[in-house]
Amino acid sequence: MIEIANMVLGGLAAGMVLFIVSVGLSVTMGLMGFVNLAHGGFAMIGGYVIVLAMNRLGIPFVPALALGFIVVAAISAVFERLLYSRLYRAPELDQVLFTIGLVFIMTASVLLVVGPETQPLTLPTSMQGQLNLGFMTYRTYSVVLIVVGVIIMLALWLGFERTRMGAQIRAAVDNRRMAESLGINITRLFTITFAFGSGMAALGGGLGAEFLGLDPQYPLKYLVMFLIVVAVGGLGRITGVFYAALIIGVVDFTLKKYLPQGGTVFIYAMTILLLLWRPQGLFGRPT
Amino acid sequence: MSATQMPDSNTSDALAARILARRHRFQWWEPLPWLLALGFYFVFPRYLGFGTELLITVLFAISLDLALGYAGIITLGHAAFFGAGAYTVGILAKHEIWTEPISGLVIAAIVAGAVGLLSGLVLLRTTGLTLLMLTLCTMGLLEETANMASEVTGGFDGLDSLPIKPIFGTFEFDVLYSSTQYLYVLGVLLVCFIFVRTLVYSPYGHSLTGIRENTLRMHAIGAPVRMRLVTCYAISAALAGVAGALWAQANAYVNLSTLGLDRAATVMIILVLGGYGRLYGSIVGAIAYMALSHFLSKAYPTAWQLGLGVLLVAIALFARGGILGIADQIRSRLGRAKEQKPS
Repeated sequence: MIEIANMVLGGLAAGMVLFIVSVGLSVTMGLMGFVNLAHGGFAMIGGYVIVLAMNRLGIPFVPALALGFIVVAAISAVFERLLYSRLYRAPELDQVLFTIGLVFIMTASVLLVVGPETQPLTLPTSMQGQLNLGFMTYRTYSVVLIVVGVIIMLALWLGFERTRMGAQIRAAVDNRRMAESLGINITRLFTITFAFGSGMAALGGGLGAEFLGLDPQYPLKYLVMFLIVVAVGGLGRITGVFYAALIIGVVDFTLKKYLPQGGTVFIYAMTILLLLWRPQGLFGRPT
Repeated sequence: MSATQMPDSNTSDALAARILARRHRFQWWEPLPWLLALGFYFVFPRYLGFGTELLITVLFAISLDLALGYAGIITLGHAAFFGAGAYTVGILAKHEIWTEPISGLVIAAIVAGAVGLLSGLVLLRTTGLTLLMLTLCTMGLLEETANMASEVTGGFDGLDSLPIKPIFGTFEFDVLYSSTQYLYVLGVLLVCFIFVRTLVYSPYGHSLTGIRENTLRMHAIGAPVRMRLVTCYAISAALAGVAGALWAQANAYVNLSTLGLDRAATVMIILVLGGYGRLYGSIVGAIAYMALSHFLSKAYPTAWQLGLGVLLVAIALFARGGILGIADQIRSRLGRAKEQKPS
């Protein structure tokens, strides 16, 4: 019983990080129809900003997270206006190529500026150690991640369902032409959404740095994982990505424990079967 | 945009057939790259290792061009077939089952082609992003399987010091790419190139271009679109398998690096750099990429990667035809000169 709870909690914590990183990618690909393979790069840059702010400037963890979000959101807004927007109607191949190029630029820039070694993230003492949950004790940071993930999920859901901006995004995901003809400023909407999504990736990069590690290979190393979460969750579906990230987090965590060798094979096979059965993802709407 | 000029709708079938036949005819400059490659053998004996690697890369890029450039199948997982071919040769040689090189290539082509056929039958029901994901997952599946089945594949370490028999029982393979291997690989590449050239100028090849340009219309005129794509994918996979097999034979080892996202992304970059959907794009792209990476990556490892990234972004934004596309544009801008210079 305790063991199952261990699995579920550990997997949920990992799944929350997956969710926070991937949710922006899901909206970018769903709303803008852009194959943004550089999304993991924004997560990496965010992670580096956060870790360097803590280690070199002595900024505490939570303000550093906020700083990472703002910096990456600002950078990505510039990227979107100057570069991405030129390729919105381009074939997928050009988008793939462009974003792979961006990944190279990001990786090389990090190598040049910071160096190749893995950046350690020291958690604040309040998040270290074990927490008594009543029926068992568990790693405090995992519990923190789960709580933060749920809060972010609820905030995003409220923002999506209850605000004007959220309604506009939903409208644009469902029917872009109709949204445009209703007078929704798609250009501005895209920039804001893109910046926000990349900011979320940065947040995930920082929150997950403690166990995913943070090195220049990060964007390519986890790319497939983020893409799987989005593909399973369905494009542009926030709740879908949430459930998908949790399922994959728990499955991955469990398999790594019991089948350290073959776990990933199972994830890939599962994804292939799922996408063949439902190309729009487990929680996506058929197009 | 594409090099193929479609005949006007009011031209007769005979004229169209004649245009296709004329395109198929060899141009006077086409033997040049092959003579240069042969010349390289005599002029730069110390760089034959580099040359062998270049030729293998060209073959791999050509195989991707068939699927991606001609048929428009977006795949990020083409290294799956390169790896399948390499592992076929590697496993057969390591366990002393089959060490003859040329028949080894045939077996590798059959195995990789079968993997391509099976996965193509399943994957090519989908398009766009889903297809991209599925090709990535298929490659990941093979990579993890190769990692896991370590009794057969050597796992993470791979298989090394593979015994490779002399070609035709006489031409001994010299260790780590040297004279025999260069000529052997050049010969295989030439055969494969002529095969692909014939294929893309055949009616079948033109139907692939048609599917890429307008899938809906090809459906409407009754072309068996999916089967065409599946066969193209399988042929492309078999060629990639040959490239992988050559790689394993030339290096006398095989490891997980033949199967990963790195290799798949690199070959895609090479193809797009040279210009996809055209026969010589792979050659130009491979030369440009390999020369740059060979000489710059040693001197400026980080800056080279940065430069590559900027180059890719610039091509995606401004020059969608790659290097050959730029050459075409310059040529057409230099005026409507009748005598066209080869690029």
